[in-house]
Amino acid sequence: MPHILTRSLDRRATIFLAIVATVGVLLPLSNLLLPDTSMLHVPTYLMTLFGKYVCYAVLALSIDLIWGYCGILSLGHGAFFALGGYAMGMYLMRQIGTRGVYADPVLPDFMVFLNWKSLPWYWQGFDMFWFAALMVVLVPGLLAFCFGWLAFRSRVTGVYLSIITQAMTYALLLGFFRNDFGFGGNNGLTDFKDILGFNVQAEGTRAALFALSCLALAISFLICRAVVGSKLGKVLIAIRDAESRTRFLGYRVESYKLFVFTLSACIAGIAGALYVPQVGIINPGEFAPGNSIEAVIWVAVGGRGTLIGAALGAVAVNYAKTVFTSGVLAPYWLFMLGALFVLVTLLLPKGIVGTWNAWRDARQATSLSEDARSAAFEDGAVKPHMAE
Amino acid sequence: MNALDTRKTSAMLYLDGVHVSFDGFHAINNLSMTIAPGEMRAIIGPNGAGKTTMMDIITGKTRPDSGDVLFDGVTDLTRLDETQIAELGIGRKFQKPTVFESQTVEDNLLLALNVDHRVRSTLFWQDSRADADRIDQVLEIIRLTGARRRLAGNLSHGQKQWLEIGMLLAQDPKLLLVDEPVAGMTDVETHQTAELLKTINRDKTVVVVEHDMTFIRELGVRVTCLHEGSVLAEGTIDQVSANERVIDVYLGR
Repeated sequence: MPHILTRSLDRRATIFLAIVATVGVLLPLSNLLLPDTSMLHVPTYLMTLFGKYVCYAVLALSIDLIWGYCGILSLGHGAFFALGGYAMGMYLMRQIGTRGVYADPVLPDFMVFLNWKSLPWYWQGFDMFWFAALMVVLVPGLLAFCFGWLAFRSRVTGVYLSIITQAMTYALLLGFFRNDFGFGGNNGLTDFKDILGFNVQAEGTRAALFALSCLALAISFLICRAVVGSKLGKVLIAIRDAESRTRFLGYRVESYKLFVFTLSACIAGIAGALYVPQVGIINPGEFAPGNSIEAVIWVAVGGRGTLIGAALGAVAVNYAKTVFTSGVLAPYWLFMLGALFVLVTLLLPKGIVGTWNAWRDARQATSLSEDARSAAFEDGAVKPHMAE
Repeated sequence: MNALDTRKTSAMLYLDGVHVSFDGFHAINNLSMTIAPGEMRAIIGPNGAGKTTMMDIITGKTRPDSGDVLFDGVTDLTRLDETQIAELGIGRKFQKPTVFESQTVEDNLLLALNVDHRVRSTLFWQDSRADADRIDQVLEIIRLTGARRRLAGNLSHGQKQWLEIGMLLAQDPKLLLVDEPVAGMTDVETHQTAELLKTINRDKTVVVVEHDMTFIRELGVRVTCLHEGSVLAEGTIDQVSANERVIDVYLGR
């Protein structure tokens, strides 16, 4: 096992991890320890905002793993993110207890309001954190496994797969909107009080959640790197570039797709679970097909097939969104996002990081060949061309 | 029960009465053919004669409407899919060279190696001396040792053809199906490819589809001419090229 990890850490990956670790430690420390008046003090709202971006970055990583490396364009990955979020939300709801408006010790407010007498079976166990944490990974993973098993075995690929992933998230959106579905309907789950006994609103909890999000980003990144750096990663790229060739070499393509799709959904679920306590609400809007498409745009902007690019793209695009939607330009944000996608596709098809990497690699290659030439020249192996 | 008792034929590849039609078009029409173990066979025929469709049937890409396709005398290929057939030991080179363009030459060969192809063992796979030796050996045979770290997409057309043949070798199949290996090659490359296939044929059964008659003459093997989905003529290159009907439909007067 250790070889898988060491092999996956090159210079770029190490720098990225170092940055994530630094931000994950320094931002919460500055928020907690520095006085409000200090220049370097990071206000809580800003930390929570960045915590949200970090969760989006984890979601972007999960999309890049399947799209950038295996060519599976999921336009419904927001569904796995939202399911992870709902699993965490259910735990947080159960923690409210008698502090709810109706003060029912077991039933969440919306169930009392709907006149439900007892907790539905699928809400059982969510009062325990370990159980909820397990569901955060298990529910998205299981859905992805079943969905992928059907889709990949029937060799649904390309745009058809993208369309049915959209249909999947839309179906979930409609389901979760219904009151009798049992997840708070339109309003979703909110009014959270505490997590593992700590007040979710407290600065210390928020700082811890931010640090945990950074940790989740680092671990997800390491997992993705280990996968794409292994021989399995080479098979994924082979499937992306020439699927039927890969089959004729004896690889069971559907098993590979199923593995990576399920893994990706689990990572997306974790992202959603960390997102919900930071934003304080989860509602069916998270299943909206537009959300999933937006997440794909983050990856395209950052550079698909680079992992680092996906994470950076998520942070950059969302930061831009925050800036623009809070100013006079707010009504035009969607146009700008659309224009960004079109421009990146036309001008930077490899995305920001992809273009940067290609440029660096090309420069390295030329300097290497120049070194080789001058070395050969010094050995007298190559004679310089003389003008005659 | 041992495999020999159940063998229906001694042939490596046995096709009998195979039919395939696409929307009423009979691509393969009562095709019967046997390829003996260790044989090299050249298949010729005009465009649309069913050469590539025949390969699709053997490799599981297309399922025949009727007829028998047996591999090694015992295995019914019509019931298996591409992956299972590849694992049985049938390798295929496509008409258009198909290599993994964004990966290096050696990674292309690594992917083709005849090892456990299941997800778990691929995830935890580690470099081994044996695999590296095998890759070196194949690189040597296909004359790409110097290009091992280059991206396959940057190779010349002829080199891609060879890389794909190299992938077949790495796959170590019992039967190789090679579709138009010398298309787009220079005369020298064509000659080298003929030599390469002859070397491969020393311990493997080979079926080559090709239009280049000089190349086929150089191979010096038995030739089958297909026309409208069935066998028109079979024999040595001289017999086949003297056949009146072959001249009419394919070679021209």
